[in-house]
Amino acid sequence: MSDLPTGVERREFDGVERLATRGEPVYGEPTDGEWRAWNPDRSKLGAMLELGMDTGLVGGETVLYLGAASGTTASHVADFAGPTYAVEFAARPVRDLLDAAEPRSNLFPLLKDARKPETYAHVVEPVDVIVQDVATRGQAAVATTNAQFLGEDGRLLLAIKARSEDVTRDPSAVFEDVCAELESTYEILETERLSPHHDDHLGVVATPR
Amino acid sequence: MTEHDGWFAGLDPDDADAAVDRIRDGSAEAARDWPGRAVSSGLAADTDEYYERLHEATIAAARAGVHERERADDKQLIHAVRAMDDCERTANELAERVAEWAGTRYEDAGTGVDYARELAADDDESTDPSAAQLHALAERTAALADEADELRRYVEETTPTVAPNLAAMAGPVLAARLISLSGGLDALAKQPSSTVQVLGAEDALFAHLRGAAPSPKHGVIFTHEYVRGTHPDKRGSAARALAGKLTIAARVDHYSGDRKPELDAELDERIATIRGNVSEGGDGGGDGDDSDADGDATAGGDES
Repeated sequence: MSDLPTGVERREFDGVERLATRGEPVYGEPTDGEWRAWNPDRSKLGAMLELGMDTGLVGGETVLYLGAASGTTASHVADFAGPTYAVEFAARPVRDLLDAAEPRSNLFPLLKDARKPETYAHVVEPVDVIVQDVATRGQAAVATTNAQFLGEDGRLLLAIKARSEDVTRDPSAVFEDVCAELESTYEILETERLSPHHDDHLGVVATPR
Repeated sequence: MTEHDGWFAGLDPDDADAAVDRIRDGSAEAARDWPGRAVSSGLAADTDEYYERLHEATIAAARAGVHERERADDKQLIHAVRAMDDCERTANELAERVAEWAGTRYEDAGTGVDYARELAADDDESTDPSAAQLHALAERTAALADEADELRRYVEETTPTVAPNLAAMAGPVLAARLISLSGGLDALAKQPSSTVQVLGAEDALFAHLRGAAPSPKHGVIFTHEYVRGTHPDKRGSAARALAGKLTIAARVDHYSGDRKPELDAELDERIATIRGNVSEGGDGGGDGDDSDADGDATAGGDES
């Protein structure tokens, strides 16, 4: 099992050891002092850490988060990372993302379309890590067009949702296709199914070629 | 500001509105070391100050963007039509409970929302506490049904201003439901007509895609007279023709907003052909959407 990034710890909540970060609570999660539990069933990145994937995260990184939704995971990332740029295109979840971003001076919400990086390149600086969790078709294309933000030794932490690509196809076949498309831009370092936390999701750690 | 500039280039540090506009509408070819550039250009004394400004500006920009999108008329209409359905469903459910309860007390107890209204209107002189409770529940039910009626009136008034062609063709309530099911007029305008045809029949559609069922012929557009009032053998064709024209109407509403009554006339003609009421004149007005891919019905109409 690889080390957790600084700022993420396993702590006991009601007798159960769980991942946790330090920050303002966001979604009614259990807290212990300033620590708050990070639920891997509600967060793909949480599941990747819980399953012991080697994310390469050490803490304090500059992060571009694509598909931040209501900020459940993005808030935990901002708790242990440095400047965190959170891109989400749907208006309703951004309302909640704003509540998560307000008390976090390093979390910058952007109401932008992750498929159009030129619309936020004037705000986002080059980053160490891209976290991607977008539920649209063309997830590999999103990762590829955003590769420009990643530094040489950067990491892409991607959760592929099979059902967003094609509900009717076998998830393994979808994962294979998405990974093959990624290979042109990224070198894939590790993949792992995110079950039992998330059905039909594949966690991917990759680095730009 | 050029494509090589950050959001802050040439910005007056005290002009918060301009910063918001830049975040929302600006663009750049590629990311740069914006914090470093902001400090060297003197916008911020150090990176901490830069991030502070960025935090303020991004939050204000996202809030303004959310506000603008959620306040749009079609989004308000979506909430209204969903609230209308919620109120109607809940009123019906409570009316059933009222009828059930009243049946144990009164010989002449009726059923439905109408009976709940009747009961609510009765002056209740009884001092029996359970009769009082029943009466209060009936009042509540009637009030909820009134609210549903109010919301329906609001939807009927508002839809024609949001989507004039769609409202004219589908009727305001069905038009609002279609907008609600696709998530907005813009999203509806981008749907292919085959999707519009089965909006609201998602369960059946996915059962079909899994290979377990035949494809659904219609979703909520079933409530339209042109589908429901057509013989079951020809409903698939009618649904396809209606969906095609509704899609065009939604696109006209979204992209131009002008009322085009000729669309309604084209649909009327097409449906008449499908139903076999006219001998000619229906074909030739086609736009491709209503061509008969599986040939299940137009043959009768065209040849009669």
